[in-house]
Formats: sequence, C-alpha cells, structure tokens
Amino acid sequence: MRLGLDIGSTTIKCVVLDEDNKLIYSTYERHYSQITDKIAELLDRVRREIDGADKALVALSGSAGMGVAQDCGIDFVQEVYATRVAANTFIPGTDVVIELGGEDAKILFLTNGLEVRMNGTCAGGTGAFIDQMATLLNVPLEEMDDLAKQYEKTYTIASRCGVFAKTDIQPLLNQGARKSDIAESIFNAVVSQTVAGLAQGREIEGQIVYLGGPLTFMSELRNCFDRTLGTKGICPENSLYYVACGAALCAEQPIDFDAVIEAVKNYHGSGNFAFNQPLFISKGEYESFCLRHSKADVKQKELKGYKGRAYIGMDAGSTTVKGVVLNSDGEMLYSKYLPSKGNPVEIIKAFLEEVYAINPDLDVASSAVTGYGEDIIRNAFDVDYGIVETIAHFTAAKYFMPDVEFIIDIGGQDIKCFKIHNGAIDNIFLNEACSSGCGSFLQTFANALGYGIEEFSKLGLFAKRPVDLGSRCTVFMNSSVKQAQKDGATIEDISAGLSLSVVKNALYKVIRASSPDELGKKIVVQGGTFLNDAVLRAFEMEMGVEVVRPNIAGLMGAYGAALYSMKKSKGTGRSSLADAQALRDFVHEIKVTNCGLCNNNCRLTVNSFGGGRKFIAGNRCERPITKKAPATGMNMYEYKLRLLETYRPVEGLRGKLGIPMGLNMFELYPFWYRFFTELKFEVVHSPFSNRKLYQRGQQTIPSDTVCFPAKLMHGHVQTLIDEGIETIFYPCLSYNFDEHLGDNHYNCPVVAYYPEVIRNNMKDVKKVNFIKEYFGIHRPKDFPKKAYERLSFYFPDITLNEVRVAAKKAYEEQELYRAKVQAKGEEIIRKAEHEGKKIFVLAGRPYHIDPEINHGIDKLIAGFDVAIVSEDVVSSRVDRFHTGVLNQWTYHSRLYAAAKYVTTRKDMELIQLVSFGCGVDAITTDEVREILEEKNKIYTQIKIDEITNLGAVKIRIRSLLAAIDND
Amino acid sequence: MADLKYDKKTGRLLFTKQMKREYTILMPNMAPIHFKMLKNVFVHYGYKAELLETTGPEIAQTGLKYVHNDTCYPALLVIGQFIHALQSGKYDVHKTALMITQTGGGCRASNYIFLLRKALKKAGFEFVPVISLSFGMEKNPGFSLSIPLIRRFVGGLVYGDQLMLLANQIKPYEVNKGETMALVNTWSDRLADMLIEGKGYTLEEIDETLHKLTKDFSKIPVNRVPKVKVGIVGEIYVKYSKMANNGLEDFLAEQDCEVCVPGLMGFASFKVDNRIEDYKMFGGNRLKYEFCKALLDYVTKLETLMVEAAKRFNFVPPHQYAHTKELVKGVIGYGSKMGEGWLLTAEMIELADTGYENIVCTQPFGCLPNHINGKGAIRKIKEIRPNANIVTIDYDPGAPKVNQENRIKLMLAVGREELQKKLAAEGEKKEDKADA
Repeated sequence: MRLGLDIGSTTIKCVVLDEDNKLIYSTYERHYSQITDKIAELLDRVRREIDGADKALVALSGSAGMGVAQDCGIDFVQEVYATRVAANTFIPGTDVVIELGGEDAKILFLTNGLEVRMNGTCAGGTGAFIDQMATLLNVPLEEMDDLAKQYEKTYTIASRCGVFAKTDIQPLLNQGARKSDIAESIFNAVVSQTVAGLAQGREIEGQIVYLGGPLTFMSELRNCFDRTLGTKGICPENSLYYVACGAALCAEQPIDFDAVIEAVKNYHGSGNFAFNQPLFISKGEYESFCLRHSKADVKQKELKGYKGRAYIGMDAGSTTVKGVVLNSDGEMLYSKYLPSKGNPVEIIKAFLEEVYAINPDLDVASSAVTGYGEDIIRNAFDVDYGIVETIAHFTAAKYFMPDVEFIIDIGGQDIKCFKIHNGAIDNIFLNEACSSGCGSFLQTFANALGYGIEEFSKLGLFAKRPVDLGSRCTVFMNSSVKQAQKDGATIEDISAGLSLSVVKNALYKVIRASSPDELGKKIVVQGGTFLNDAVLRAFEMEMGVEVVRPNIAGLMGAYGAALYSMKKSKGTGRSSLADAQALRDFVHEIKVTNCGLCNNNCRLTVNSFGGGRKFIAGNRCERPITKKAPATGMNMYEYKLRLLETYRPVEGLRGKLGIPMGLNMFELYPFWYRFFTELKFEVVHSPFSNRKLYQRGQQTIPSDTVCFPAKLMHGHVQTLIDEGIETIFYPCLSYNFDEHLGDNHYNCPVVAYYPEVIRNNMKDVKKVNFIKEYFGIHRPKDFPKKAYERLSFYFPDITLNEVRVAAKKAYEEQELYRAKVQAKGEEIIRKAEHEGKKIFVLAGRPYHIDPEINHGIDKLIAGFDVAIVSEDVVSSRVDRFHTGVLNQWTYHSRLYAAAKYVTTRKDMELIQLVSFGCGVDAITTDEVREILEEKNKIYTQIKIDEITNLGAVKIRIRSLLAAIDND
Repeated sequence: MADLKYDKKTGRLLFTKQMKREYTILMPNMAPIHFKMLKNVFVHYGYKAELLETTGPEIAQTGLKYVHNDTCYPALLVIGQFIHALQSGKYDVHKTALMITQTGGGCRASNYIFLLRKALKKAGFEFVPVISLSFGMEKNPGFSLSIPLIRRFVGGLVYGDQLMLLANQIKPYEVNKGETMALVNTWSDRLADMLIEGKGYTLEEIDETLHKLTKDFSKIPVNRVPKVKVGIVGEIYVKYSKMANNGLEDFLAEQDCEVCVPGLMGFASFKVDNRIEDYKMFGGNRLKYEFCKALLDYVTKLETLMVEAAKRFNFVPPHQYAHTKELVKGVIGYGSKMGEGWLLTAEMIELADTGYENIVCTQPFGCLPNHINGKGAIRKIKEIRPNANIVTIDYDPGAPKVNQENRIKLMLAVGREELQKKLAAEGEKKEDKADA
C-alpha cells in the first residue's frame, strides 16, 4: 500500500494506492493556507479510515509542502516529476501532459526527448487567475464554465498575468460587454498564456492529457485548448490526483504516523522572516491616531426634504461606483459607495432612483461624472459634465487643504498621484499595468485567506512583526505570503505586511520617491484603500509625515465631480441629468460588432439607451462615431508608416529577398531595401503587424519576459516563410549609425541580436535561406568589404564592386529617408506654430510606429487636436550634452536630446512610450524625467504591451492637457 | 576631508591623489575567493581597499529605494549595498570612495556606475567619489590601472578560479567534513599575502604556485560515490554572488550534488576577445587589435598552466577559452557580445560535454542579453546536446526562494533518474564483462 500527498498552493490532495496501484482512497480539499494542520488532520484520518494505511509507504509532493516534508521526515517528490511518473504508469503512450494548478501551469513532453516546463515567476493564466477573474465578473467560479459555453464572440485579453488581464476586462465590463463572451475570452487567455509561455517553440501534439483542478472542472477550458491545439485531449479519471498518485508511486519508505503527525503539528518553519516595525504599539497610540484623522470631515445633512439646489457627482471607477449629492455649501446630502459588479450603468441608475425616491422634488442644478465609466454614464444619463479623474480628485482635495502639495489616491485598481505646483497639477504618476498593488489586491488576499477585507486589515493593526513582503506584483506576492506563513508569520503579521507592501508599491514603484521631501509636506491621501487604517498608518510611517485623510476618502472622485459641476454651472440653470421619469423609460441594450471602417477592424460594443442615444466603446479612433477618417496631416507616426509603404519591390535577377518588418527595420528598411534592390533582388517585407500575424509565431517565443516588439518578430518571419519567400534577411547589428548625440551608438541587446533567437527557435527557418549575419553599418568605409565577405558565402556570384555601388546607394537612400522625415517634421511643427496648436513629441523607438505595438495611441492623441512629431525630428536640434547616465544607445540618445529640446519650447510636451519588459527604459525613463523636470516640464510616460488599455492612456493625456491648460 | 575636484568636461567628481592617501575604497564582493585577492592587489598598490561583506534583506530594500525598480537585480544589490554601508555609520563618509566595474558593453551593466551616482545624490552622498574599474572609460588622477597591476590582477583571477574549481570537485566527496574548505581558507590567505607583497604573478611563479596548490588539494582523502553533477552559468553577478542567487551553491550541496562554476578567466578572455572579433567583423583600429591579441595570448598561457596543473592531479580541468569558443560555432555568432554574450551559450554546451549536463542558468529577471544567449539558445542546445538538462532561474528582489528551489529540484529529479540509468547500464556492462 502506498500513500501520496500533494500540497498545492490552494488545495491539498491525498491518495492511497493498493498493491496493484489501484486508487482506493482519495480526497481533495482547500487548505486556506493552514497547511500543517491540514496535513496532520489528513494523515490521521487516513490512518483511521483505511486498514493497513499505517504501514503504507509515504511520500509528499507539491511546492507548498517542500519545507514541511523535509523537516518532518516525509520523503519529498518534486511535483512535475510526480506527474510524469503517474502519467507513465496510468496512461502509457501519453505524449504531452498539460496541467494547470492553483498557481502553476506545467507542460510535460514525455516522448521524443523528455522536457518539462513550468511557468516562470512572472506568469498568470492559472487557477488563481481564473479565480480572480470570476471575482471581477462577480460570478461564482462554478458558473464560469457554463457562462463561457454560451459565448458568441471573444475579445483579446492579455495573457501575461492577472493584473494585465484585469485592466483589459474592466473596461470591457464598463463598456457593457457580455459576461459570457468575457468568460470565454478569459479561458482563451489562459490557453494562450500556457501555449505561448510554456511551449517555447516545441509543438504540442500527439496524445494530450489534461490534469489539475481548472482543467478537470471546466470542460469549456479544455475545449479552448483543443481548439487552439487542433487536437482532442483527454482528461482522465482522477485527473485531480495525478501528483498525489505520482508521489505515492515514488514512495519508498513507511513513516511513523504518530511521530510525523506530532512533528507536522509542531512545525513552525524557520521562524525567520524579514519584518518591519509594528504599526501600532498600543491601543492608546491607535486611538490618538484615529482622533487626529477624524478632523478632516465633510458635514452630513439630510437629503429628505432638502429644498435648495443640489449638485450630483458620480465616479464610475474600475471596481466601485460612487455617487454623492451636495447642497450649495458643499455639504453632503447623500452618498453611496457600491461595487460596480461589472455594470456601472445599472448601479448609477439605482443610485439616481434612490435619490429621487428620498427627495422627489430635488432641484438638481448640475451634475458631473468621472472615472473609467465616464463616457458611458454621461451618455446613458445625460450628465452635464464629464471630467478626467485627476481633476476631480484635485478639486476635492483642495476643499480639505487649499494649499495641498501632493495627492495620493489608491483605489480599487489604480494608484493616482499628483504633485501640485502653483495651484495646478504639475506631475502625474499612475500605476503601470504591472505594479498593481491596490485595493483589489488586498481584497483578493483577504478572501483567499478566508476573511472579509475590513476584518482582515484590522487584524494587522497590532501585529508584532509585520512581514516585509517588498513591493512586487500579485503573483510574486502570493508566493512570498506563503513562504512567510511557512516561516511562522501569523495572519496578523501578514495583514500588516500586505498593507505595508501596498504603500511601498505606491511610493517606490509608482512615485519613485526616496524621501518625504520629494512629495512636499502637505499631503492629502484618498481613495477607498486609505480608509483602511493599517494602510494609512503604514504610509505615514514609511514617509515620516502626518497626512490628511478626509472621512470621505473613498468618495473623493464623486465629491470632486460634484464640486466641479457646482463651479461650472455658476449656480444658474438646470441640469440635463435624467430625471425620475427618464429613469422609468430607461432601456439599455448591448450589441457587439466589428467596426470595419479601417484595417484595425476594432471590436465595438454598441450600447443603446433608447431615444436614439448610443454609446460606442472599443474603438481606437472617432471614426465609427463621426464616420470620418481622422485627420492625418499632423501625425508623424502616420507619415512614417506611409513613407515605408513607398519602398515598393522591384523585380530582380537574383529573386525575392524578404525582410521582417519589425524592431530596427522600421527605420533601416530604406537602407537594406536600396542595398539589395541595387544588388538585383526583389526586396519585399512582411506586412505591418496585426494580431493574427503575432499569433502565427507565438508558439516559438522562448522568453516570455522579452518585450512585445521582439515577440512580434516571430510572426513576421513566419509570415514571410508561409508566403513562400526563400531568402530572408535579418541581420545582427551590435551598433547603429553614430548620430554623435552620445558616448556610443549601440543597439540594445534585443534589437542587436534578436535574429539569433529567431534562428535558434523557429524550426521553419531551416526551410529557407535565413541570413542573420553581423554587419557594421556604423562604419561606412569598411561596410562594403565586410558585407561582401558575408554575402559572398550565400551568393557567390556577387562581386565586391557591385556591393560597393549598392552600399553607396544604400547610405544615400537612408540619408534621403532621414531628410524626408525631417522635412515633414518641420512642416508639422511650422503648421502647428501657425495654427497655435500644441506639439506633442511622442518619444519612443522607431518600431513604436507599428500600429500593433502602439495600439493607435498616436491617433488617440491626435484626436485631441494636437500635432504629433517623433523624437528623431527634434533630437537633431540640440548639440551634444552630458547626461546623468551613460549615453550609449543610438535610439536612446535621441530621447535625451528630444527631452532637452522640448524644455526650450512652451508649445511642446513630451510623452515617452515605453514597451513593457524594456530593460533599457528603466534607465532612460528616469533620465528623461530629470531632464524635463529640471525645466519644470511635465513628464508623461505610457507603458505599452501586447494589449494596452487605451482608457488609462486617455486619462493621462487628458490630465496632461488639463495641466497644461492650467498654466 | 579632501578637496572635491570635478572633471571639467562632464562635471564628474574625481578621485584625487589626496583621496588615494586618505580614503577607504569600498568594493562589492561578487565572488568571495577571487575578490579577496583582487582587493589585496589594490592594497599592494597603496589603496585602502575594503570588501563589503554585508548581506541581508535590507540591502535589496535599500537598493529598491534608490534605484529604478525595473533595473536589473545586480544593480539593485550592488548599489543597495554601497548606500547601506554609507548609511551604517561604520565609515567616515567624507573619507570613503566606492569602486565599481564598467565594461562598456551594450547592456545595462555599463550604466551601473551612473545609476550609483544618481542613487548617491538621492541619498545625500553626492560628495562620495566613485571609481570606474574599466579600461579607460573614466579617468581619475588618483587611480590608474598599470600593466603590472593588471598582471597581478589576472594572477588573482587565476588563483581564484583554480581554488574554486578544486574545492567544487573535492568538497562533495571529502571523507573528513570541512577539510576542503579549511584548505581553501589556508591557501587563499597564503595567496592573498603573496599578492599584498607584490609577489606571485609572473608566469613562473604562477606555474609553481598552481602546482603546489593543486597538489595540496589532491591529498585530501575522498570517497568518490556517483553524484548528480550540476553546472552553473548565467549573468556574472547572479552566477557567483550568494546574496543574489539565494545561496545556490549551498542549496545544491545540500541536495548532494557536485557543482561546477566556470571561472572568471573565461569571462575576462571573452571581454578581451570581443574587441578582436569587433575588429575582424567591422574593421577598426589595428593597434588596439594587436594589443588585445597579445593580451589574449597571455591569458591563454595562464589558462594552459591551470589546465596542466589540474590534469597532473587528475582533476577535471577548467574550460579552455579557445575550445569553448569553438563549441558555439553555428549556434550563436561571435558578434553577440553584450553581457555574457555567446560565452554563456558556449559554457552550457561545454558543461554538457564534460559531465555536468545538469545546468542551472541564472539570470536577473528581465536580463536583456539573456533573452538571446540564455533562454533564447536553450532550444538549440537541447537539439545538439540532447543530454543537457537545463533549468533557467530568474532572480530579483521579489522572486521567492521556494519557487526557485522547486524548479531546481525538478531539474535534479530528472538528473538523478539519468544518473541511475547510467549506473545501471554501467553495472550491466560490468556484468557482461564478468560473464565473458
């Protein structure tokens, strides 16, 4: 008899096998992180229930059980290894096992060279991820599967990690997308994550077996895998217990049950974990803290029977909806704070109905709405004003502290911080998609540990040793919390530690502050998360300052909106807001359709509210609304794309030569095009990127943390191969042209050497003549000879003289291209100057003009009636200067120079585009910020990835415009 | 406190001659055996050098506070450790300078020194001078790398590599626990003393010392039972530094493995060779090319001495650069030079060839060159060396040790299985022979 235990991140499994390896006992339970108690309990139970179990050979598996096993005298078996043993025993002939667990995703290739893959440290797409998404959709986990089965359409949802997906799903919910479609899209995201993140170029084929909780319980998830892989996998009986069975099969020795149970019960880990100072030493300290904070309050008045003029403010946030009714003195007549439950329209409607029910004769003078759902709510209910969140919060904060210097708002999903300078918003910090240590993060943890959020955070107030959890994203945090628990941290310590980590995340990741002086002395904190005393205390401790937290910290957006509407309406006129009658006639219908007006073909969600009022979401430009194409004359990004299209293939004696249109090719194409055209090749390039093209190469990406522009290259090369191109040219370039702006002129390692990755990971390149040789375009003198040496290996008939001529032409062509870009740039700038328009320098890399990479951000910004130029247009306008960093990459030197130039002009602003995972930008962003801020310019950064939520981008741009207007 | 002088062109704070006399220079301790000797070379030249031995979570925390959080982990640790030291009160901050390496390559590492200066400014230590340990990237009146100094330096690398190599091959099998490390300590003290006196760096001296040293180690009684053999490669700091890799070598020792960590000499040769390859590939300054060739020849001579000494006493000799380089042909081009470049890939192939086919490839989370030469090359390596059993591990301040160890354990489980198979096959062979 053999006994196997499997301790996963959320559940514990126990099996007993008889002499013929037949399963005679099994159990599957959640452990709520009470791992040791649960092990002891299970061992005891099995011993009592199964005859002869006390003599069984025992082994334990599962990541969460590693330390316990070692210290308590049970043999440990690595879980993937255990799975493999079980699969080989129970289903011989299995080729691939796909196993999803609570926090792990694994693929095992059993035949043709054993390989095992586990998700890395930055990876979602697991059970916990689906859990989180179910919470977000506000449906029980069990219903996800049924919902998904009813899908009609799917959306693209980021599959990298839970936090990303959340930022994609939330707007979809706010825009009224159907939950069933979202559920299916979530499943697809999981599949995509598993396949892209783990397969790493190896094809998943043959007999496939699905294991683990999510794949066992959700048949639709299995269907999604089947569809993507083009096969039919099986989910065997006992699919939940394979790891436990594998452990049992590997078991080699019996245990002394009494001794082991005793040891497990007394197990306390090492007791060593890093911890911080307690939040409060005594009850008295806490009480005086509460007293101090109770002073910042808004007076409450009765809504019922109120006769004066009223102002309504609403904040349709990402996870919560807030509404307030104020009298003309700014006092609170009524307020509501509700979870958005994925449909802000319904919640706002209920809120307004309630208000009208309490006071049917309410004289609404004006109204305003802010937040993620601003557009849809404004359309649905004819709200008077829509304002950007930053302005709403600033307006509210000023009410409590007229000379406020810094506002920090931590909401359900966002962190918003702004510096106030001379009474205007001067600098805005928003959390990037990855560093989401916000309210919903605490909530998720509280729930996972079996607590409500309020109860949970209170636990931490008097914790003796708050765990030091750092300031990382949720995925990392999960494991850190578990580790701390194993090391003996109490639930109190963890609660306090999580509150601290929220604060550290905001301070060090979002604001990047190192001392309180940087924020100023007058700080207002707000947002629902700060209503949590532990978080508030942690913030004050970390920064060493006392701050103001209004008693309506969670309502500040709505409160600010109401104040704003009051100011704007100047006390006269009547609000256009839907009245009680309008609410009774209110209808809300949702239709999903494709736009089809341009090649983006955005998926649109069309909301109709009756009376012809319509709200369209999902669009990247105004075209589906106005039916007019956006003006392109003042957009450098658009111009560059069009310019590239002018390099048309010319038939040549030496046949076709394909160039993948990605990374540095966006700028060097003219060079290589001319070079090879002169050498009598017909030079063609892969099409501009789109989603489909990306997916074509997705399976062959070896590193899931490399930047998205690099990942796209796989799709480009695959497309060229699929189109039958037999020679593909994608050179390695350590160095770029020397533009004499910096100390050196490197390409970044990824741009320089990505051809190596393509060659080593894409199996189909073997079918073609793939040229990834090293070239030195930075040395025009040596280039022809060296290029000739390289090329003659592939094309023995090419002569040195031919190469010389071609090289000369190529350098000229590149010069010409640059001149065209410069000329157009100057034209845009002149025109903008003439028309008095703002000029935005959208500073990034050449490949950021790829619409699949920039997600139409350029068009979105152009929609605000500003001119857009790229960094290279203005970088040549300054002389070389010394930077605070080693200025050694050609593309990045342009950023510093552009920033420097922008500081000399009142009519220019700089927005930096940063690709997620770009290591180099960890250096450039700080430097660009410093250059701008030194001259009191606002620094705006937009982080972009596979999928980018344009809603957040919009907030940034609007805030920036509002801030400039205030000047 | 010395007068603060600044470079006229860049405004950089200089390390002056006066500072050389009065200041203590703090150095990070990447690889303990090596750096102790390197430090003493500086001491011999009249610098007051001190290695930072601090560890603990405060270091990463300090780094996170003063450095952009998306910067690579080694930068966070090294800078965190410096600032932590300056804040500790242990040093007179007005009589302290910092030293950091700068390779000038195309990865982010060349920028550490600037990030360090930014961090110093943020922390209020802008008066602390930073010395760049590099070939002519930043010059300081009070600090120079002379040829004799470099020779002594290289001598230190040779000894460090050999000590590390021998210790790794003996320690897992030693009969008397602790004997190997005791000998490592004895020898590294002896070598360090030698270097402080300015001795032990000529070819003859090195040859003689390597012989004695290797002989001494060969006398340690061992019990050679078959063990899983694991090679460690990766980003250079994370690969060597215990603080960065969560005590990887100790963990592998606990798991009853023999470890092989390719030495620093290979990396040094690689960096010199890059300049030679650049010249061949793109053209350039002939003089520099000749100089680098001479330097590489010298390093190769030293390498040969190490190999011969190891062979003489039946140890697995260290990798020879020229051979390692040969192995990577057709896998990755020699132009891929940023960070550890193609050397990382080559080392994995060589480890697989020399019996260390179980490999941990370490990298800081988001390490750019590693996308190419580590993770990006593994598929190809598995294709040409099917026996290679590689696991890649990301290190950063938030990556929990337990996840890292779990992944390594998976690699080890497969390694053990292969070892059993191999032993069984050998057993059968022996039986067959006996039958015959």
